Amino acid sequence: MLIQLAWKNLWRNKKRTLIAASSIFFAVVLSVFMRSVQKGSFDYMIHITRSSQPGYIQVHGKEFWDKRSLDQSIVIDSKEQKQFREIPNVTSVVPRLESFSLISFGSATKVASIIGTEPTSEDQMTRLKSKVIAGTYLDNTSDGILVAEGLAKTLKVSVGDSIVLFGQGYQGMTAAALLPVAGIVKFNFPAQNEKSVYLNLHTAQWLFAAPDRITSLSFMIGNIRYLKPITGEIRSVCGNRFEIMTWEEMMPELVQMIQSKIAAASIMLMILYLVVGFGIFATVMMFTNERLREFGMLISIGMRKIRLICVTFIETIFISFIGVAAGSIIGFIIVFYGMRHPIRLTGETAEMMLSYGFEPLLTFDITPALFTDQVVIVTIIALVSAIYPLMFIRRLKPVKALHSL
Amino acid sequence: MPLIELKKICKTYSETKVPVEALRDVDLEIEKGEFSAIVGPSGSGKTTALNIIGGLDDPTSGQIIVDGHDISTLKKDEMINFRLHHIGFVFQAYNLIPVFTARENVEFIMLLQKISKEEREKRAIELLTAVGLADRIDSRPSELSGGQQQRVAVARALASHPSFVLADEPTANLDSKSAISLLELMEVLNHEYGMTFVFSTHDSRVIKRAHRVITLVDGMIASDVLNTSAHEN
Repeated sequence: MLIQLAWKNLWRNKKRTLIAASSIFFAVVLSVFMRSVQKGSFDYMIHITRSSQPGYIQVHGKEFWDKRSLDQSIVIDSKEQKQFREIPNVTSVVPRLESFSLISFGSATKVASIIGTEPTSEDQMTRLKSKVIAGTYLDNTSDGILVAEGLAKTLKVSVGDSIVLFGQGYQGMTAAALLPVAGIVKFNFPAQNEKSVYLNLHTAQWLFAAPDRITSLSFMIGNIRYLKPITGEIRSVCGNRFEIMTWEEMMPELVQMIQSKIAAASIMLMILYLVVGFGIFATVMMFTNERLREFGMLISIGMRKIRLICVTFIETIFISFIGVAAGSIIGFIIVFYGMRHPIRLTGETAEMMLSYGFEPLLTFDITPALFTDQVVIVTIIALVSAIYPLMFIRRLKPVKALHSL
Repeated sequence: MPLIELKKICKTYSETKVPVEALRDVDLEIEKGEFSAIVGPSGSGKTTALNIIGGLDDPTSGQIIVDGHDISTLKKDEMINFRLHHIGFVFQAYNLIPVFTARENVEFIMLLQKISKEEREKRAIELLTAVGLADRIDSRPSELSGGQQQRVAVARALASHPSFVLADEPTANLDSKSAISLLELMEVLNHEYGMTFVFSTHDSRVIKRAHRVITLVDGMIASDVLNTSAHEN
């Protein structure tokens, strides 16, 4: 009956209750929308960035990350590589041998990033094959090379031309070769499009005089939430022989950018909830003050103050959760639709995203935290707002209350 | 043993610049089954006396014994519990819960006493029938007249099986017809069920019907007389 009383009390002033619940409703919808877009975009950015090269996890020689030298290359035998591939939720493992060298065609010479890789697993991880705009993709026996579109333009090479690679191999050996261009690949990310050259891993090992050696082993995983357990499993296979880095360690600037954006959005949401909190507080204050005489009567006839406080608290919870429930349902529908139909951006924003190598899409994501966080925040607002009736009833003197106007 | 006993009760309000002595050395005994009125001009202390008997206000000094309990020594929560089980209240402004029906208003006090749902419903219907509102059981206060609302308040006061009912100016907001009808109802309850009624009033219609009239003037009992004509009626 106390719950019934609280529920009925809510509807004494329907308009006021609906306005208070609506403010929470809009805050929840806005918050769910904003956080969903934010998380969806960040996950998309992370995924694209991760799948463009180093993967979610990378195993490489100690000091390789700082020195980027072939002398820090490592040997991981096929048995060990098989063990890595069999770790649950690892979707692909790509061994690479990377270095820089001069690349020449005719009178043009440039510095290029030479990436020796296994074509099949590389395609699984980075969809490299889909980026081929001319010629053919590599196969495991091919000794041709894929040249990034920007670099190909600078060198004025096309499919079928042969180009000279000249640089330094493993332990100071000379690396020189004349290799045919099998295909041209186009990357969205400008830096990658200006300097990348792909070739078969065994061709690269021959070029750099580094048989069986690789500079890194990159891992793609099914979901970012498996990052920690998979990292642990990798460590248990290779021990301390190599350095294991996660994407967060490899790309601190991306993590920092995401964190700063999350912080900015959190401040905005905090302001939004602060405004809503004051709205709820004002409503609670009004419905407490206008029932002064009734409270006096209830205490007079024998209702303990704690029970009365409970009734007002339940009322506050009811108002808050009507808003949360409605907001969560509508918010869910919006973001669910958004997940299925990402919004394509246009104009300057789209151009900026393209220049960073991202498709200009506003992507959404749904996680339980999106909704549970709202419940937690609104519960906190309700609890804080409930302090007013608590203090009010605690101090209430029934005689004075009964004779109030 | 008297049902209510006030011994040397003093009440001084000190919140104002000049302290106000609302009650001065009041000694009063009320027996079970009485139908008594505390009367007096405005500011004479009748509401204060009623509040102190009902445990809603503390005396500055003196002792109050109600139903064998010295209520002046009770802590706040014990006092609330005491009121719930021993005292029925009827207020001048009815003070019903506006969102509840008549039945729910009567049931509510029994809910506080943790009485079972079936028992609550049964007793609420019985009481509302007894006060003449059998056909308005599911009406909300806003759908009832002032007189009907005060009848619901009387039913609510009786629902907790109190030792006595305190009524503060119960007829003040009622028209003549409703006031007489309410008084008749209270008389019947007093006569047939032996329920003790103590009410503060300055309504001559109530005073005429009271069996005992205690007159307060300036916080002191000026007279305490039995109203024989009312007894005979």
